[in-house]
Amino acid sequence: MTASAARFDRWYRRLAIGVPYLWFVTFLLVPFLIVLRIGLSQTELAQPPYSPVFDPAAGWQGIKEFVSALSFANYRTLFSDWLYLSSYLRSLTVAFIATAILLVIGLPMAYGMARAPRWMQPMLVTAVILPFWTAFLIRIYAWITILQRDGLLNDVLLALGIIKEPATWLATDTAIFIGIVYSYLPFMVLPLYAAFEKMDDTLLEAAADLGCPRWKAFWLVTLPLAWPGILAGCLLCFIPAVGEFVIPDLLGGSQSLFIGQTLWTEFFSNKDWPVASALATLLLTILLVPILIFQRVQARELEER
Amino acid sequence: MPDAGAVDRSQTSSPMLRFENVVKRFGGFTAVDGVTLDIGRGEFFALLGPSGCGKTTLLRMVAGFETPDSGRLLLDGNDTGNTPPYERPVNMMFQSYALFPHLTVAGNVAFGLKQEGWPKERIEARVKEMLALVKLEQFGNRKPHQLSGGQRQRVALARALAKSPKVFLLDEPLAALDKKLRDETQFELMALQQRLGLTFIIVTHDQEEAMTMADRIGVMHQGKLVQVGTPAEIYETPRTRWIAEFIGEVNLFEGTLSNQQGNEASVDTQSGRILVGRGDGFKNGDKVSVAVRPEKVAIAGAPFAEAQNVFRGVVSDIAYLGDLSVYKVRLESGMLLKASFANTDRRASGLLHRGDTAWLSFAPESGVLVGA
Repeated sequence: MTASAARFDRWYRRLAIGVPYLWFVTFLLVPFLIVLRIGLSQTELAQPPYSPVFDPAAGWQGIKEFVSALSFANYRTLFSDWLYLSSYLRSLTVAFIATAILLVIGLPMAYGMARAPRWMQPMLVTAVILPFWTAFLIRIYAWITILQRDGLLNDVLLALGIIKEPATWLATDTAIFIGIVYSYLPFMVLPLYAAFEKMDDTLLEAAADLGCPRWKAFWLVTLPLAWPGILAGCLLCFIPAVGEFVIPDLLGGSQSLFIGQTLWTEFFSNKDWPVASALATLLLTILLVPILIFQRVQARELEER
Repeated sequence: MPDAGAVDRSQTSSPMLRFENVVKRFGGFTAVDGVTLDIGRGEFFALLGPSGCGKTTLLRMVAGFETPDSGRLLLDGNDTGNTPPYERPVNMMFQSYALFPHLTVAGNVAFGLKQEGWPKERIEARVKEMLALVKLEQFGNRKPHQLSGGQRQRVALARALAKSPKVFLLDEPLAALDKKLRDETQFELMALQQRLGLTFIIVTHDQEEAMTMADRIGVMHQGKLVQVGTPAEIYETPRTRWIAEFIGEVNLFEGTLSNQQGNEASVDTQSGRILVGRGDGFKNGDKVSVAVRPEKVAIAGAPFAEAQNVFRGVVSDIAYLGDLSVYKVRLESGMLLKASFANTDRRASGLLHRGDTAWLSFAPESGVLVGA
């Protein structure tokens, strides 16, 4: 290799590594630092609606004043007001239950897909991701028409004689669960399908050969091997479901708020950016645990391949 | 090379495994076509054939992964019928080894024992014993992906043998190993079989492997069992031309059977009249071939004083292999005859050169009459 080619190679490598880092810094780290900084400020009826404002012209003295004006007061508010904690708790609970439902529905679906004839599998995968071809909001609005009092669901249930009176679906927790399960199902099914699909069938034959009936082999071989896929699917559903805003806002009632709705209210109704930022920072901190688990599982799987 | 002393243990008692006219079809394709075969207790039996000949399907039927469309398969006198794999006293070593990647080496070996509900202490003792057997005592806590190919093969071996199956099935067990390891493992497997006294059935496409290890070989071709015998029988008296060509090197003289009397037969070929031992099932005027192994063809630079089946030709190619040299000689009839010559003398390889005239000969009893 000539010297110029070697230099090109080195630059190329730096570029290849640099681009994702640049992306990370610009679109994740910088915005996060801004949110973090606003979360430590006080709300103000001004432009921008918080203080202190950092003034570079004031020099060293300006920096000192700026830093000393920052405080954790917003976080104290979060922990002293039950409204915020209950929002977190409700979001986490609903996300957890929804993830469990998704797993119960998604696991047999993904297993069935992976066991289907080879020629059928691409079609089944397409069917699972087909809903993405329509805008998310439109699909949620469609659910409103299905779930409303004279909607499709009540029509069908009445026609089948399962219910005598039209039931209330909209503005209930059931509607929220239906919405989340419907929207997030592909995120559960696809990683599970990938895990089942790449599994070597001779492992099941080996299990049978060693005296293990089929149903038992599912527990002893299939599930343990699909474990990374199961965890990936659960976290891919759980993490965004915690911060979900649109589904509870459109399908759910007003009994209690999701953290996403509380955030929205603080930002847009109360114009309290600092509290909203503190809320967002705390949410991210809570979600850091499942995110790190997800990263570790993925790293370990790569290593074992 | 063939071991004439190989014991045919299939006759000593009732067979461990009996195939009765077994047929298996996949769609329109007949994978196994009317196989009838007895395999004896403690026998090392090899199913040999090219890929797609049905040998693996036959093995998978013994394991229970396939069931015969017609015919019966008796294991130790019992019809296996639809008995599922997990209820058969048979264990298989898979070509890919099929080790459970989420379990340790010890966990893999213990898997079958746990299914049988052995108590914990007995399982531990048995696992230890099996790992010692395959010399992997130190590797019990490793995961399969941390082992070399040869080590994985031995884990698969230990796992399949842990339950002391009545029949041990090996599907191309050495295919994934390199040459040197393969040779070593062949002898290890033979020693293991002798020690454990189990019935081994091995599936292979490698004739050398089959001949080295097996007491008897069943040659399969297009779903049919075309010949069963000791390695020596298969090599020295192939029943058909296809078998003669599939196993080892062979020269084939095509011609017409002109006279068959007593133990002698003569065949008229383009290279002249050839005398050969009699072949059953042929009559005068039949189109036949005479099959002769290259090592049974004598070659010399001068005419033989007294010999039958003599041919003259020009040396067209010499392959020097060290222990022997293979001469390819173009006969006057245009046929290329191969003769291998053991280089027992250090100067022997220099006797003939390309372009030299050579004389070749083989004894009538060295040739075998097969179909055209």
